[in-house]
Amino acid sequence: MAECHPVGFQWVMEAKARGATVIHVDPRFTRTSALADLHVPLRAGTDIAFLGGIINHVLENERYFHDYVVAYTNASTLVGEDFVDTEDLDGVFSGLDPEERHYDFSTWQYEGGEVQAASGARYQVAGERVEGKDGSDGPRSGVREAARGEAHGSGGAGITGDFETDETLQHPRTVFQILKRHFSRYTPEMVAETCGVPMETFLRVCELLEENSTPERTSAFVYSVGWTHHTVGVQYVRTASILQALLGNIGRPGGGILALRGHASIQGSTDIPTLFNILPGYIPMLHAESSTDLQTYVAAEKAEKGYWAELGSYLVSLLKAWWGPAATAENEYCFDYLPRLTGSHSSFETVMAQLEGECKGYFLLGENPAVGSANAKMQRLGMANLDWLVVRDFSLIESATWWKDGPEIETGEMRTEDIGTEVFFLPAAAHTEKDGSFTNTQRLLQWHHQAVEPAGDARSDLWFLFHLGRKIRERLAGSTDERDRPILDLTWDYPTKPMPSHPGDDEPEAEAVLAEINGWDGHGTPLSSYQQLRADGSTACGCWIYCGTYADGVNQAARRKPGTEQDWVAKEWGWAWPANRRILYNRASAAPDGTPWSERKAYLWWDADEKKWVGHDVPDFSPTKAPDHVPPEDATGVAALSGTDAFIMQADGKAWLYVPAGLTDGPLPAHYESQESPVDNPLYRQQRNPVRQIEPVVHPADRFQPSGDEPGAQVFPYALTTYRIAEHHTAGGMSRWSPYLSELAPTMFCEVAPELARERGLEHGGWAHVVTARNVIEARVMVTDRMPSLRVAGRVLHQVGLPYHWGPNGLVTGDAANELTSLVMDPNVHIMETKALACDIRPGRRPRGPDRLALVADYHRRAGITERTGLDPAVGGAAGKDGKDGT
Amino acid sequence: MGVKSWMESWPVYRQWADGDPLGRGSAAKSRTSGTLQPRIADADHVTKSVCPFCAVGCGQNVYVKDERVVQIEGDPDSPISRGRLCPRGSSSLQLTTGDAREYAVRYRRPGGTEWEDLDLDTAMDMIAGRVVASRREGWQWEHEGMRVRRTMGFASLGGATLDNEENYLIKKLFTALGAIQIENQARI
Ligand code: SF4
Repeated sequence: MAECHPVGFQWVMEAKARGATVIHVDPRFTRTSALADLHVPLRAGTDIAFLGGIINHVLENERYFHDYVVAYTNASTLVGEDFVDTEDLDGVFSGLDPEERHYDFSTWQYEGGEVQAASGARYQVAGERVEGKDGSDGPRSGVREAARGEAHGSGGAGITGDFETDETLQHPRTVFQILKRHFSRYTPEMVAETCGVPMETFLRVCELLEENSTPERTSAFVYSVGWTHHTVGVQYVRTASILQALLGNIGRPGGGILALRGHASIQGSTDIPTLFNILPGYIPMLHAESSTDLQTYVAAEKAEKGYWAELGSYLVSLLKAWWGPAATAENEYCFDYLPRLTGSHSSFETVMAQLEGECKGYFLLGENPAVGSANAKMQRLGMANLDWLVVRDFSLIESATWWKDGPEIETGEMRTEDIGTEVFFLPAAAHTEKDGSFTNTQRLLQWHHQAVEPAGDARSDLWFLFHLGRKIRERLAGSTDERDRPILDLTWDYPTKPMPSHPGDDEPEAEAVLAEINGWDGHGTPLSSYQQLRADGSTACGCWIYCGTYADGVNQAARRKPGTEQDWVAKEWGWAWPANRRILYNRASAAPDGTPWSERKAYLWWDADEKKWVGHDVPDFSPTKAPDHVPPEDATGVAALSGTDAFIMQADGKAWLYVPAGLTDGPLPAHYESQESPVDNPLYRQQRNPVRQIEPVVHPADRFQPSGDEPGAQVFPYALTTYRIAEHHTAGGMSRWSPYLSELAPTMFCEVAPELARERGLEHGGWAHVVTARNVIEARVMVTDRMPSLRVAGRVLHQVGLPYHWGPNGLVTGDAANELTSLVMDPNVHIMETKALACDIRPGRRPRGPDRLALVADYHRRAGITERTGLDPAVGGAAGKDGKDGT
Repeated sequence: MGVKSWMESWPVYRQWADGDPLGRGSAAKSRTSGTLQPRIADADHVTKSVCPFCAVGCGQNVYVKDERVVQIEGDPDSPISRGRLCPRGSSSLQLTTGDAREYAVRYRRPGGTEWEDLDLDTAMDMIAGRVVASRREGWQWEHEGMRVRRTMGFASLGGATLDNEENYLIKKLFTALGAIQIENQARI
């Protein structure tokens, strides 16, 4: 955190100054470790084993927060008899189809009920509702692959039937007992063996965390892409969620699980998604199978209980925002204008579509895949097969110049003259040159005001999109082709303001776009809450969770009451979605009876005289719902939540220790080794995530390595991880051109322990080259204890650390770490695995020209790599170990 | 210079006379440094902004003089950052005004070996034409017998460095054109 989010880290230091204990769990020693009370280095890719070990410790020693667990989690709920756990299936769950790499989720449901996921794969239930089936015939693979992983947000999820519960937590099929059995093998010994963390250190972490998680005290987890960039990344975060729910650390001040995100508005670009699988506000994109018409779609995707019950209102309001008067009740508010998915269309599949010649044009809007995306060569090969490419950025980044000076030109794999891609580079305006809002990592919208006009041809992306849309509409004007109706009927009449230095080149008003995102009623009056949205076409709203950010016609995101003039929650600085709420699930900050768990941690409480929730924040709950409220039998939507259903997004109002629906790779986390690992899975016979997404990205430039005990794995004997440092930003597009930052961190380097340096003859300050099945790169050697060697599975394992900021262009250059990574993905959210791989490292620079390819080919030969290596099917509980059939 | 002012300009004297015995305060000022002014002193106005690098969202004050940004500093009012910026945030002035920025459209024709100049408006027209053509070529009314009403002809990548309003227009325009391959840095 001190490296990647330095100013955020000041609050960790504030907490430490007040007596908090700071624990840093990370394979490398960083500036965070230097300031922490305890640094715990572990083997990259083993956090589920580590966290699972803590869960086991909490359960075995009864250190969980009993009253919180019983009231606010699904610990007491019974799971159906058909569920079979990893304990009985050698590391996989019931319902696995190993050949298809797919789970049938029906056996994971609660006893006596069917539950709709609040997030993740909601279609698991949706598909059945559409087909009117009992779940035996799940949705087709296209729907499964469509990554509903981000379809979460604020609201509840569907629930039908009556669940059975046992509040004594004793019934063997309660979630609580299942959890106990599931994690029983995650012992301190197993943690030591898997993670390389000595038992004493591990037990010290358990003690510190447990002591600090009580009614009087709370503990927080902070993570970033070190947890998500794995083939089992979503389950890393799930493991932390289970632990935090058991310890009663969610919804309470000082608690929670905080995702620290890397770009200024990466949260905003997820909420208002430039993502294939969702519409604004986490509304699932239409899928061809379940989205034949508006009613069918809403029936399939909405929930019976909680805020997602109003999905129809959110979607119709979005359609009204986009198509205005053209959207009528008769034409289902232009529902049919929306394109449909038939599978996954993440950027990695797009690369494959480019290679196949289907995708011919590409916009790069402030992103640099030629070095920033996994398997950078695949990205460039895809771009080389396009008809046209538009790059909008500040400088001539690698994604703009690969046709001229990319690595493939040097190796002779491509010749500039042969590349048919037409490239447009358009300079972009900076944040100081435009109005607009960023949403930070805590869901906080903050407006930045324009200070000056952009010079030369530099323009905002708002300008670019607006005028591109205008020109396309002009070209198509008068078309009678049904295909062109959506673009011609689109509301695209934003007010503009003149740019004095660019006469005639008007800039659209960003605040007018924010007003549309916020929404208005039939009179054009700005809305103040998403609860005002209607499904009858009387309201328009571009993103329902952002409704309220322009309440009263005031730009709430631009509020800047100084922090020193407010209380510590600072509700008048910017605007947080939803409803300017700063801590989600804050009902859980009070006990079931509505009193604070402790005075020290009081945040929201029930005022019995006033009959409402009061405290420091906006209640994440109906403000007048009494703690003892019991909803009527037939209640639906928000009204169906009881006075203790603190987790309002969930179908049952509970924090989920066990996930009956929503995840594609298991209702509980299990430790799997990364796609490529120098170690055999110590916990299960199943080596890798059996449903990882791999087949769609098989390509000669994306070969995989043997792992663990498989023949050939010893050719790549070291663990490899990638990361960032404070002096650079992501793939370097905004930092490698800066003289100050370049001077601070002038070259690509690798971090290796002294033992590894000795083993391979690496010299501090000298050169080394690092090899995987994809490529070879070179880097300066930093011999340091910061990347310690660990004792794992009875031997010493060395790790190689690589920052991923460099590339061939800019003031300071170096090979990109992403040349080494592959496109294998997590099955829930299509995130690639860049944090845990296996590699070889050798002294000296890498070969130049065709010799570079020859070196990689030689590693392929030595490791016996073929196009099927690493693609082995799952064990399915019976056959030989995953991967034992090797290459 | 009179004897008195000469004496008073002597740092050792000032260390004692000004109660700065360690010479780390006002006594360390020379005549030159005494007349120095911060870059922001004569700025025409200050614009409130937000750091464009990571998602902590530190507040920035952007100082403008003669319609040019002359300095970017941390905003002490921000309850998030309390005036601090990290090395990256502190480099914002270089990022936005440094000579690494391009200000002209560059064009590379198919098979071309060098960049060429191109007028912005012409580039916009050409891009609009390319979008319309690729959209048509990649158009699908149906896929495996199911209505899809979409184009696979073009894709878009990026958004996490952009404003919410910009993301909104990307999603709105490209979805209305039928494109579905819209992605950003959320997965990297
Ligand atoms: S100053 Fe540093 S910590 Fe703050 S937002 Fe910018 S990059 Fe992030």
